Amino acid sequence: MTLTHYLVLAAILFAISVFGIFMNRKNVIVLLMAIELMLLAVNMNFVAFSKYLGDTAGQIFVFFILTVAAAESAIGLAILVVLFRNKRSINVEDLDSLKG
Amino acid sequence: MTLTTVIFYIFAAILIVSALRVITAKNPVHAALSLVLSFFTGAVLWMLIEAEFLAISLVLVYVGAVMVLFLFVVMMLDINFEELRKGFWGFFPVAAIVATIMAAEMVLILLAKGNGLESFTTVAPLPEGVSNIKQLGIPIYTDYLLAFELAAVLLLVAIIAAISLTLRRRKNTKYINPADQIAVKRNDRLRIVKMQAEVEVPEAPAAADDKPAA
Repeated sequence: MTLTHYLVLAAILFAISVFGIFMNRKNVIVLLMAIELMLLAVNMNFVAFSKYLGDTAGQIFVFFILTVAAAESAIGLAILVVLFRNKRSINVEDLDSLKG
Repeated sequence: MTLTTVIFYIFAAILIVSALRVITAKNPVHAALSLVLSFFTGAVLWMLIEAEFLAISLVLVYVGAVMVLFLFVVMMLDINFEELRKGFWGFFPVAAIVATIMAAEMVLILLAKGNGLESFTTVAPLPEGVSNIKQLGIPIYTDYLLAFELAAVLLLVAIIAAISLTLRRRKNTKYINPADQIAVKRNDRLRIVKMQAEVEVPEAPAAADDKPAA
């Protein structure tokens, strides 16, 4: 089990979540979930580098990423709830009120 | 192949399968539960390289808080998910091409000979008497104190934003405005009216013939 194992796993995970963002173009909830998966992949890179290089800065950065991601998903889901109240839909294709 | 490598491969397989389930599940509740599984597996993988503090906080923060929030939102909103699934496989060719190219590029670079990654084969053991939490805690509270406090402020801002976004006043609810209630003066409520004093008219004697004869 080397550093390369973790980096390859994180790369595959990141590609899977990009795939998910392409496939679930209409469903905002699953889009948010795919973003969380992406963050997991990125965090895995940080943790692996930090442990194998013996530098704690990477793990501290992951700690702050977790904080920001929790805030992001809380606000994102709040926006989603408000959106559903106003439009009765969470379809991305219905979100075209701002078009010129 | 050592035992930890075997464990790594098993959990990596679970992680990839559950990540695929997240993005292909028909029911978003299943997607959220698969996401819980992927975070949990990710935490196990971090624990394998002795990043215990982050593994535990990933389980606490993500599985305990964020995913419960996701499940709440999925279950509380009345969404027609069948309609959102229309054309799901229509995006498949583009998505598959982009994701495959992306994964192939990254994996090829990472597995290329002579990129210097081969030298990092083992995690350096921690010094005697130092745990992972102590190792992280000291820099967080010294070098990164400002960032730590900013993160706390950020969480406060997130709380206020999430509450103020979703707070809704119902139209037909009767509620008291305390400021108005305190600011009220006697004259707003009470009006003293001058009026003629009423004179009580003595009651006229009842019909005399009702009296029993003495």
